Amino acid sequence: MIFDLPLSYLGLQLLIGLQNGAFYALLSLGLAVIFGMLNVINFAHGAQYMMGAFLTWMLLDWVGVSYWWSLLLVPLALGAFGILIERALLRWLYDLDHLYGLLLTFGLVLIIEGVFVESFGASGLPYNKPDLLAGAQRIPLGALTGNEKDVMMMPVYRLWIIGVSLAICLATWFGIEKTRLGSYLRAATENPMLVRAFGINVPVMIMLTYAFGTALAGFTGVLAAGLQAVTPHMGANLIIVVFAVVVIGGMGSIMGSVLTGFALGLVEAFVRIAYPEASNIVIFVIMIVVLLVRPAGLFGREA
Amino acid sequence: MPETADQLQPLIEVEGLHAYYGEAHVLHGVGLKICKGEVVTLLGRNGAGKTTTLKSIMGMIGQRRGAIRFRGVETIAMKCNRIARLGIAFCPEERGIFSSLTVEENLYLPPVIAEGGLTIDELYDLFPNLSERRHTRQGTRLSGGEQQMLAIARILRSGARVLLLDEPTEGLAPVIVEQIGKVIEQLKNRGFTVLLVEQNFHFASRLADRNYVMEDGRIVEMVDRSELEEKEALLQEYLGV
Repeated sequence: MIFDLPLSYLGLQLLIGLQNGAFYALLSLGLAVIFGMLNVINFAHGAQYMMGAFLTWMLLDWVGVSYWWSLLLVPLALGAFGILIERALLRWLYDLDHLYGLLLTFGLVLIIEGVFVESFGASGLPYNKPDLLAGAQRIPLGALTGNEKDVMMMPVYRLWIIGVSLAICLATWFGIEKTRLGSYLRAATENPMLVRAFGINVPVMIMLTYAFGTALAGFTGVLAAGLQAVTPHMGANLIIVVFAVVVIGGMGSIMGSVLTGFALGLVEAFVRIAYPEASNIVIFVIMIVVLLVRPAGLFGREA
Repeated sequence: MPETADQLQPLIEVEGLHAYYGEAHVLHGVGLKICKGEVVTLLGRNGAGKTTTLKSIMGMIGQRRGAIRFRGVETIAMKCNRIARLGIAFCPEERGIFSSLTVEENLYLPPVIAEGGLTIDELYDLFPNLSERRHTRQGTRLSGGEQQMLAIARILRSGARVLLLDEPTEGLAPVIVEQIGKVIEQLKNRGFTVLLVEQNFHFASRLADRNYVMEDGRIVEMVDRSELEEKEALLQEYLGV
């Protein structure tokens, strides 16, 4: 017993914290990748996440495409959407101040959310996750508490989110930090013109980076569809917290955004246990402190 | 094509080249020719337009007009990455070593665009220091001289046969300058074509088959290797050495 609370309750709260952290990590990872290459703060990230969730719902409800296929098809569709946005709009803004990209993508949010509210209403749509991921996993706690009857029920879907998010984050980190293609990306972030002078088609790389970022948002949306009601505003609610996570972690660091995402999910969970009233604001309080002490973020490079 | 015909037609031919940075008109009709296997220098004071000329040939200056032909192919409207694929490589004055890449990643960064590049072993023979420091985690942790060698080494791997080197000796100790001079000599013996921008006239003139002198965005003089002595006074006047 900690704080007079049973271990099973604590365990569940921490699991939920990690799972929230997985969403923060996936979304802030996408933002960091996009910002590093495009110099654009992608405010539309939340809307793209919402689109991913809606698309997952549509695929099942309208055409009967399963969750598992959605995990593949939705990111591809969102990636294609990203290419469209990048070619039509964003590429004209690269030489301008960050503010223009932010304003443009904010405008996109208003349009996208407006279209979805108009078409589907603001109330949530239910999504049936696959049976394989439904239910809960019994985890015996006897060894820890000494009481054979103590068990913890872990929702399988949340475990799945944590596992698959970790895998995606690690794969992305590996791809960027340890592969040849990743070295092109890192180099182009530092000096795009010189990388072009080596014969690498940097504009295409930038386009595909944005597509990858939006695909990540779409993938997170698929995960979210199985967890909560699908609504047009689900992205707007989440993205504000994710931006705070990005500010805390520091823009442009891949591992930094992943670690910060998971860590802040856990911090939120601890606060929810210790002092529930503060759990919704703790991330913003940390953001303010980090901004005062280390403006570039915990993992950010000092400008 | 037989070797003789190849030598008659210049490998790079620049005519009436104008270049701009925004409102600033930097090059005013530059014209020069480089033949296969030549080492040619661009001399001139700061701000004469030497770097801009190199970058224009490489396609790194957005606003340029005139004619730049590479093996007879007009490249003035081509994108930088396409020009690179024709077999021209650029080594920037600031060296352009990437801090988020290891030494080895920096070395492997330029993709191989043609056969005939140096192998890694040959590169480590040419630059023994790099071999010792290949596992350094940040390319920018190398000394200035080592960074310069890395910047040259990486473009030799790609198979490009024309090298545009922008002030490779700037700010380096004499012993390193000597080493880089030897490397350029070896590259010439291997048949590379080199366009070298230099402030260090004594370094450049020793290596060069021909020297172009730039002033205010124009070529004002061409000095052949054989004319160096008779035109030395003139050159000193232009370069202010």
